[in-house]
Amino acid sequence: MTTREPLVLGIETSCDETGIGIVRGRRLLSNRIASSMDEHARYGGVVPEVAARAHLEALVPTIDAAVAEAGVELDELDAVAVTIGPGLAGALMVGVGAAKALAVGLGKPLYAVNHLVGHVGADLLTPDSGRIEYPTVALLVSGGHTSLLLVRDLVDDVELLGETIDDAAGEAFDKVARVLGLPYPGGPEIDRAAATGDPAAIRFPRGLTAPKDLDRHRYDFSFSGLKTAVARWVEKREADGDPVPVADVAASFREAVVDVLVSKALAACRDTGVPRLLLGGGVVANRRLRDVAAQRAAEAGVDLRIPPLDLCTDNGAMIAVLAAERIRAGHAPSSQLAAADSTLPVTLIQVP
Amino acid sequence: MILAIDSSIGTSVALCDPSGRLASARSEAGHLTHAEVVGALIGGVLEDAGVGPAEVSAVASGMGPGPFTGLRIGIAAARAFGVARRVPVVPVLSHDAIAAARLESPIAGELVVVTDARRREVAWTRYSGVDPSGPVRIGGPELAPRDVFEVLDAERLDAMDVPAEFVARLAALTLAGRRAGEADEPVYLRAPDVTLSSRKRVTP
Repeated sequence: MTTREPLVLGIETSCDETGIGIVRGRRLLSNRIASSMDEHARYGGVVPEVAARAHLEALVPTIDAAVAEAGVELDELDAVAVTIGPGLAGALMVGVGAAKALAVGLGKPLYAVNHLVGHVGADLLTPDSGRIEYPTVALLVSGGHTSLLLVRDLVDDVELLGETIDDAAGEAFDKVARVLGLPYPGGPEIDRAAATGDPAAIRFPRGLTAPKDLDRHRYDFSFSGLKTAVARWVEKREADGDPVPVADVAASFREAVVDVLVSKALAACRDTGVPRLLLGGGVVANRRLRDVAAQRAAEAGVDLRIPPLDLCTDNGAMIAVLAAERIRAGHAPSSQLAAADSTLPVTLIQVP
Repeated sequence: MILAIDSSIGTSVALCDPSGRLASARSEAGHLTHAEVVGALIGGVLEDAGVGPAEVSAVASGMGPGPFTGLRIGIAAARAFGVARRVPVVPVLSHDAIAAARLESPIAGELVVVTDARRREVAWTRYSGVDPSGPVRIGGPELAPRDVFEVLDAERLDAMDVPAEFVARLAALTLAGRRAGEADEPVYLRAPDVTLSSRKRVTP
């Protein structure tokens, strides 16, 4: 058994980003991402078939770019890692097919790992920061996921505390942007519009925070009702012939989303007695989410960790590092017959 | 050796020598299992032939026509294997391989290869015959409604699988400069299903 850190290439194609990353142990060597976001813009959201076609086209150029940036040869790899789920089925399968052939072609083992746990693993690659301590609560927020996890050990003990029961937070941003006549993707657009708005101007509902809901859905999220409430409010103004204060609506909507995300995450820290919170997912790009999380975490005595943004959005490096950790912990590779699973539970960190 | 991969119907993989002689072949008929089996099939044909991955000098990739989700998996695998070994990936029209297999034996007139395209449609390609460059395509590939599509003036071949051996053989002809190359893009024949979004009112 060699003590050398494993050199792993990770392939991520669960949504609209083709991510190829290469790590040596916990050291990031390259992280290349090709996004098909522009192709989805005119449809107002990710179109699975458009995303899957784009993955096929971006795959080889992105692998080449990642290998060149890392300054390694593919033959030197110790393993090939791939996102096996959760995600869009057709998109996942492009990466899975490619990863399997790459592994066979190189004669190297395959590690088929969980996308959401990969987001937690991204923190290991954060430069110049102390090592993550476990257990930690993790809040993962993107266009496809809104999940609250309790991570006791990255490589073999992750529990789902709660998740969205309808729309993901990023999806709510996209839908509300449309209501306000703003383009896709909604996150940055709402952020821009909200800059001059009053977050307290309109009190929009905070989903699943009423006492009766907290019994059953203490750590679950719901953003569908919020989106409808915003649309109703805007339509009422329009019906009354009043101008829509876009900045105030955007700021108030964003505040409702951020409030419920941070409140539930910190409640989880409190309830589990874990004074550590990790953020991940593309919605972490939202400045207000980062600011409110930082402020309230400090007040609650919770240590907050936020990886750099290019490690928060979907990427292959987080998949590679999760596999590298599994290898270091002595876990066997996945079977070449491992099946993509669009609803893979977080408890399954690697598909056997 | 040439490694051929096709997932336009089921998943078929073959290994041929540079002259096109078959060394080994494996396939899975399932229409939904391409991503599961493709790696094991590749590993299997290499093992059957007693050949290491480094001995593969080119990859032949069946480009369809075929249903999107499955078709892409074989192409992704072919391209990834090509990157792994830094060898060329030669695109081949999957219907051409079906035609090449049929045209091994004499045929009276023209040939129309037909495959299921789902949604009550078929994909078809028409061939005048075969010459030293392989099957001679004179129409298609195109889609047609399954219920009304008829072939009256040629032999109709409804194919249920793609022989990867012939994907490899046609690639061998292209590599030898004897057959024109195909475009390096999947033959989906359909645009993605999408509807332009519009703002929906929620107030009753």
